[in-house]
Amino acid sequence: MAEAALKDRPATDGFDPTSYHVREGGRGTAVEIRDFSLWYGTKQALFDVGMSIEAGLVTALIGPSGCGKSTLLRCLNRMNDLIDGIRIEGRIAIEGQDIYAPAADVIAIRKRMGMVFQKPNPFPMSIFENVAYPLRVDGIRDKVLIQETVERSLRGAALWEEVKDRLNENALGLSGGQQQRLCIARAIAGSPEVLLMDEPCSALDPIATAKIEELMDELRGQFTIVIVTHNMQQAARVSDNTAFMYLGRLIEYGETEVMFTKPKVARTQDYITGRFG
Amino acid sequence: MAMDAVTSETAPPGVGSRQGVMPQRAAAGRVRLADLSAQGEPWLWCLGGALALGIVMILGFLVLVFWNGVVTFWPKPIEVVRLTDDSVIAGLPTRSARFRVGDQVLAALPAEKRAEIAANGGFADRTLYRVGNYDLYGEDFRWAADFEVVDRSRPMDLVLVERLEWGVFVGRIAAFTRGGETVRVDDPTSPALAEAWRTARARWHEIRRIEKGEIGTVNHHLEQERLRLRRALLEHPDGGPAAEAARARFAERESHYQAQYEALAARAQALKAQHEAETVTLIDVNGREKVQPLGTLVRYHAANQLTLLGKLDVYLSRWAEFLTDEPREANTEGGIMPAIFGTVAMTLLLVIAVTPFGVITALYLREYARQGRLVSIVRISVNNLAGVPSIVYGVFGLGFFAYIVGGSIDQLFYPERLPSPTFGTGGLLWASLTLALLTVPVVIVATEEALAAVPRSMREGSLACGASKWQTIRNIVLPRALPGIMTGIILAMARGAGEVAPLMLVGVVKLAPELPIDGFFPFIHLERSFMHLGFHIYDVGFQSRNSEAGKPMVFVTTLLLIALIFAMNLTAIIVRTRLKRKFAGSQF
Ligand SMILES: Nc1ncnc2c1ncn2[C@@H]1O[C@H](COP(=O)(O)OP(=O)(O)OP(=O)(O)O)[C@@H](O)[C@H]1O
Ligand SMILES: [Mg+2]
Repeated sequence: MAEAALKDRPATDGFDPTSYHVREGGRGTAVEIRDFSLWYGTKQALFDVGMSIEAGLVTALIGPSGCGKSTLLRCLNRMNDLIDGIRIEGRIAIEGQDIYAPAADVIAIRKRMGMVFQKPNPFPMSIFENVAYPLRVDGIRDKVLIQETVERSLRGAALWEEVKDRLNENALGLSGGQQQRLCIARAIAGSPEVLLMDEPCSALDPIATAKIEELMDELRGQFTIVIVTHNMQQAARVSDNTAFMYLGRLIEYGETEVMFTKPKVARTQDYITGRFG
Repeated sequence: MAMDAVTSETAPPGVGSRQGVMPQRAAAGRVRLADLSAQGEPWLWCLGGALALGIVMILGFLVLVFWNGVVTFWPKPIEVVRLTDDSVIAGLPTRSARFRVGDQVLAALPAEKRAEIAANGGFADRTLYRVGNYDLYGEDFRWAADFEVVDRSRPMDLVLVERLEWGVFVGRIAAFTRGGETVRVDDPTSPALAEAWRTARARWHEIRRIEKGEIGTVNHHLEQERLRLRRALLEHPDGGPAAEAARARFAERESHYQAQYEALAARAQALKAQHEAETVTLIDVNGREKVQPLGTLVRYHAANQLTLLGKLDVYLSRWAEFLTDEPREANTEGGIMPAIFGTVAMTLLLVIAVTPFGVITALYLREYARQGRLVSIVRISVNNLAGVPSIVYGVFGLGFFAYIVGGSIDQLFYPERLPSPTFGTGGLLWASLTLALLTVPVVIVATEEALAAVPRSMREGSLACGASKWQTIRNIVLPRALPGIMTGIILAMARGAGEVAPLMLVGVVKLAPELPIDGFFPFIHLERSFMHLGFHIYDVGFQSRNSEAGKPMVFVTTLLLIALIFAMNLTAIIVRTRLKRKFAGSQF
C-alpha cells in the first residue's frame, strides 16, 4: 500500500519522497486523490495534490489559513459544485470510483460522504427531524427504521442522553456544542463511509471540544474521518495520519506521531512548532 | 464634555463610535469639537423631522377618517328654526361655517344686523341643516345664516324617519292605518305604532324574500331550461328527433315553472296590496302631508327624546344595517355588504393567483436560472413593471383577459348564451387576475430577497445530506424564506385591495344585482361583476346626486376599507410572526 501510495504522489518540484510516510489502517484506501488541481476563476487554489486516505482511520488536514484545506475537503463530496467559475484537473476516487466522472451521480456521492461544517448548521426543525433528514430525502417512510436510526445516530454522537426527552423541540434551542453534535448525528444518520469535518470545534468551548474529540475517537473504525483543524494538539490527539498543506500544495503527509515529533520536511517542523503560519 | 454626552446619546452608531474617542482627547486637555457637519447633527434633525411629519400626517388622516366614520351613525337632535321671513325649517344641524355675506343680502338686512356683520369684517356664521323630505322640497340640505334666525327649538315630538325611498323625513307621524281604520298618533313612541310598523316591515321582508329568493330560483331554473334548449338547437341545427325532444322537454318544463311562477307572483301580489293599503301619514313642520306605505319606513325615532341607551340602539342598528344590507338610494344609504364581500373575495382571489405565480417566478430566477445578463434584464423589467400606471393594467386586463381569453371561453363553453357575454366581459375573476398582474412584481422582488437571505450554510447542510436541489429548496429554503415571502404577499394584498382605477374597466360596478356567490351550481360565479369598497367611495362621494348626503357615507366606507385592509394584513402578519418564531435563534 505504501509502495502504491508513493508512486501516486505527484512529481511536483520540491516534494521529498520521505515526506510521504502514511500509517496504514489495513482496510485499504477510502479516498484516492491524484494530481488534483483546482482554480477559482483564474486563481489556482490547489496544486497537484495527491494523497490516499486510509479507510477506517482519522486523517487530519493542517496548514496555515488560506492554504486550501477547506477547498480540498469540499472537493471530496463535490460541495464546490455550488461555486461558479470553478475548474478542476486530476482525479478523486472513492473506492475506485471517479467522483468527477461525467456520469457520476453527485447525490449518491454526497450520501457516501457525511459532512460536518465549521459552524453548526442545524435545520430549523425539531431535533428528531434534523437527524431523520438524510433518511427522509432518501424517501424512507418506515417509521420504526427512522426511529431506530435517529436514536442510534444520537447515541453515536453522544447526544442521546441530553436530548432524548425533547426530541420534538426545535433544534435551534440547543447550545452550540449540542448543535454541533447534532450535526454529527445528522451526518452519520445517512450511514456514510467517510465523515468530512471542517474545523468542527472552532466555534465551541473547550468542554464541548473535548466531547467532540472523544466522539471522534469512538467513531474511529466505523467511519473514515477527514478533519480540518487549526489546533495542533487536537490534530495530534485525534488523528492517525496528518497532512500538512501550504499554499495549495501538499507538503508532508504521514503518521501523526512522526509528523509531530520528527517531521521529514523542515517547513512542517516550522509550522508545527509555530515558527510561522 | 456636556456636548459629548448629548451627541453620543442621539447620534447614530457610526457617529457615536467616532465620538467615543473625544473624551480621551478632552482628558488630554484639548477640548476640540468636530464641526457641525461632521457630527451629522443637522442631518439627524432633518431625518427626525421628516419622520415626525410623516407620522403626524398619517395619524391626522387616520384620526379624521376614524372620527368622521364613527360619528356618522350617531343620532343627532332635530332643530326647528324659525327664520325672519316667518318660514320654519326642521332639520339636523350638520355643520357650521363662516361666510362672506353678499352685498344684496346685506342691503336687505336691518341696520343692527348689518352693523354686527360689519363688525365681523363682512362675515357671518351659518349652519347647514339636513332637512330631508326630498320628495317635498327637492333638496336635502338647507343653509340657515345666523342673522336670519329668529329662534331655535327642539320639540319633543319631532321624528326622524328613514325611508326606503326619498331619503329621510323630518317631521311628525300623524297617523297610520290598521285594517282599514285610521289610527291617530300623538306620541311617536307609541307601542301601537311600533307594533304596526314591525308587522309591516315583516311583510315587506316577506315580499322581498318571495321576489328575490323564490321567484329568483324559478327564474333561474327557467333560464337554465332555455339555455339547454338553445344548446340543443345549436348542436342540431337541422332539427331532427333530438331537437324535437329538447323542444318538447322545454315546453313541458316551461309550463311547470310558469305555473310555479304564477302561484308565487299571486302570493307576492296579495302581500303587496296589503303593503300598499297600510299607510302612514307624515307631516312636516309646515304641515305638508306625505302618505306612504308603513312598510317603507326603515327606521324612525323621536330624535329629541332619545335617551343615551336609545341613541346607542339607533347607532348600533344603523351599523348593523350598514354592514349587512344592500345599498339603497344610489348607494348613499343602506348597507354595503356586497361591496365588503366583493372586496374580500377579490383580494383573496388575488392572493391565490399572485402567490404561486410570483413565488415560482422568483424561485426560477434566483435558484435555477443562470445568473447572467438575461436574468438581470428580466429582473429589471419586473421591477419596472411595478411602476406602470395601474389604469394601463386595467386596459390590458379588459383587452386580454375579458375580450380575448373570456371571449374564447364563451365561444367554447357558453355558445348558447351568446351574444350576451358570460366570461367575455369584466368580472370578479378578471379583476383579480388583473390585480395579480399588477402586484406580482412586489411578490417576486420580496421572494427573491427572502431566498437570497437564506444562509448558504443551510443549503450546504442539506445538500451534504444527499438531498437534491429541489428537496433542499422544498424542505429548507422555502420554509426559511416563508416569512419574507409572506411580507411580499402582504404588500401585494394591501396594494391590491386599495386599487380602484383598473377595476373600473374589468368588472367593478356601481350596483351589483347578484353577489358572486349563491345557492346555484357552481355556487361561486367568478364571471359576475361585483362591488368594491374603493369604487363605492368614488361613486358615493363624487358621482351621486347629492354629494353632501354621500359625504358621511364616504367616511364610513373609507373607515371600513381601511379596517378591512388592516384586518387582512394583521392576519397575514400574525401568520408571519408565527413562522418567524419558528426560526428565531437560528443565528447564535
Ligand atoms: N469561493 C471562492 N472563490 C474564490 N477564491 C476562493 C473561494 N474559496 C476559497 N478561495 C481561495 O482559495 C484559497 C484556499 O481557501 P480555503 O478556504 O480552502 O483555505 P483554508 O485552508 O480552508 O483556510 P482556513 O484555514 O482559513 O479556513 C484561499 O486563497 C481562498 O482565498
Ligand atoms: Mg477553511
